[in-house]
Amino acid sequence: MSNPVRGDGERDGGVGSSDPGRTAGRAEDAAPGEVLLKVTGLRKHFPIRKGLLQRRAGAVRAVDGVDFEVRSGETLGVVGESGCGKSTMGRLITRLLEPTAGTIEFEGEDITRLGVRGMRPLRRDVQMIFQDPYSSLNPRHTTGTIIGAPFRLQGVEPEGGIKKEVQRLLSVVGLSPEHYNRYPNEFSGGQRQRIGIARALALRPKLVVADEPVSALDVSIQAQVVNLMDDLQRELGLTYVIIAHDLSVVRHVSDRIAVMYLGRIVELADRELLYRAPMHPYTKALMSAVPIPDPRRRKDRSERVRLEGDVPSPIAPPSGCRFHTRCWKATTVCTTAEPPLEELRPGQQVACHHPENAVDRAPRDSGVAGTAQVVPTRR
Amino acid sequence: MTAPLHEPTAKAAPSPVAEAAPGAVDEAAAVGGDTGPVQGRSPARIAWERLKRDRLALTGGAVILALIVIAVLAPVISNLVGQDPDVFHEDRIDPLFGTPKGSLGGISGEHLLGVEPVNGRDIFARILHGARISLLVGFLSALVAVVLGTVLGIVAGFFGGWVDAAISRVMDGLLAFPQLLFIIALVSVMPNDMLGMTGSSVRVFVMILVIGFFGWPYIGRVVRGQTLSMREREYVEAARALGAGRLHILAKELLPNLVAPIVVYTTMMIPTNILTEAALSFLGVGVKPPTASWGQMLSNAIDYYDSDPLYMIVPGVAIFTTVLAFNLFGDGVRDALDPKSSR
Repeated sequence: MSNPVRGDGERDGGVGSSDPGRTAGRAEDAAPGEVLLKVTGLRKHFPIRKGLLQRRAGAVRAVDGVDFEVRSGETLGVVGESGCGKSTMGRLITRLLEPTAGTIEFEGEDITRLGVRGMRPLRRDVQMIFQDPYSSLNPRHTTGTIIGAPFRLQGVEPEGGIKKEVQRLLSVVGLSPEHYNRYPNEFSGGQRQRIGIARALALRPKLVVADEPVSALDVSIQAQVVNLMDDLQRELGLTYVIIAHDLSVVRHVSDRIAVMYLGRIVELADRELLYRAPMHPYTKALMSAVPIPDPRRRKDRSERVRLEGDVPSPIAPPSGCRFHTRCWKATTVCTTAEPPLEELRPGQQVACHHPENAVDRAPRDSGVAGTAQVVPTRR
Repeated sequence: MTAPLHEPTAKAAPSPVAEAAPGAVDEAAAVGGDTGPVQGRSPARIAWERLKRDRLALTGGAVILALIVIAVLAPVISNLVGQDPDVFHEDRIDPLFGTPKGSLGGISGEHLLGVEPVNGRDIFARILHGARISLLVGFLSALVAVVLGTVLGIVAGFFGGWVDAAISRVMDGLLAFPQLLFIIALVSVMPNDMLGMTGSSVRVFVMILVIGFFGWPYIGRVVRGQTLSMREREYVEAARALGAGRLHILAKELLPNLVAPIVVYTTMMIPTNILTEAALSFLGVGVKPPTASWGQMLSNAIDYYDSDPLYMIVPGVAIFTTVLAFNLFGDGVRDALDPKSSR
């Protein structure tokens, strides 16, 4: 497999230009804005087995019916509390986990049931950046081996040899080519994450799923890594799915944001819409939990929502709307009917019977079911 | 080729994250500023440098090396001193008591460690040849255990499910098995000739297989546990995300990380196996006479513990020194490979 000609004026020799030989015989590259990844009804239930005979006693519904699209060139942020299934979702779309149900289409091709062998060519197009830079690099491999692994595993011989290409990638992510022979234990967390990014980008993927890419790093280093990912996206035309729980990071990098709760997407909206006027009560609660560092801007916040209790168990999720046990707006209908994810405003999909900042979907329903409360800010 | 991004961190984006780090130094430049070729220190190299500072372990290692040389060169050395381990020297024996003539078990310039009672064989030559049996059984049975334990342990840990359950139950069973009694029973029903081997060779072969077979669960458990914990590490997922097959993950990602515990357990297992061999020969189910073995010499010496104590002391010291050397070396290797261990 030959490499594309690099150094064409426009891209300034970046890793970006798409490989004509690679896409031959497959679907053409999705133009910016076109659907690159389409997920329908995706579910992942982890069975709980008990006893000597490994009888199936139940299942953890980590991801329980998720639909969304990722458009070429955009960044989709996925947020939610711990245990809401966002990491599982990331591993499903990279096919590191087997989905229980639903379909995953990449560039129009159904990849849900492809085996290890069938997935191998697709691995070049879909890559992953991992959360923990201390466990994502094999301590017994040198930097050169780690970043060179994509070429060896895919049988790609880059122009000028693997070593030269790895050293170039090292400088692309802001490390020195001389780090080629070093071991992971000699690097800081931020540097390790850069190595992880270089490995993910080595084969010039189209879609990169980043699972909490900066949450294990110092705040000062987080900015550097986020900006590096940003620059690489612009340069290489990458599409990102960034999973995070830090709303500031997500706000900074995302074009659209999906909010997950207990294995489902409760709100999926353009960044500006979501931050300006969140519709789902859960989104609102999440937003109001973000600390505002500037005291003068603090009074702009109308009210703070404090959620009571814990996330219910994903083994037996609540009936109806999964959020009703903690929602201050919940009524009887919320405990019985699951609200569908509907577009209530262009660019903003919400699954709620009583959305904020919009017309109530079930106005005649009454009876308080939730335990959460709205705490007015008093200062 | 120039990097398209010279300063990946220089971008001053007005983001909340960026604001939080106004004085963030370019950490890449901090390391990248090194001049001259950078040579990485591999984990193995770091361990070796740590081992080099451990005097006790180095002493143990030196003794082990010396023992290996002695075992390999046993016939040469005994020829040099002009002794054969199987030649009788009845002229050296007091015909009345059957004990060696002279003091200290008949030590002389000719017989450096004296002679055996009754038949007068040279103890020095027999100790040299006994080292061959001890080390041969010790090393090869450890090899059998390591190969079986590593393969079955990694398979159990990696594949999990019923494979793991089956292998783990077999390990539990073997650990509970009375292996010494089993070997004694096995030897009594074993043919004298097997696979073209006769006499002591058959016994040595069987001992290696049986000791190795009963030893693998110890290594198997450790390897299984390590594999289980590593299977979930993100670098394994990263390899899978790149399209790596199971074989690649087992051999290239997991196995290199298992080398340290395997080496440690091997060095700990060899002395145990040497002791088992000595015990078997002591009980009379090890090598057959006239082949020399330390355990067998100890066993013979029991009848003469008051009249010829040196006959018992010499093989005893040989076993003790060997086992101690392996244990000291093994401790040192463990400490060198695992920085978290005490000391």
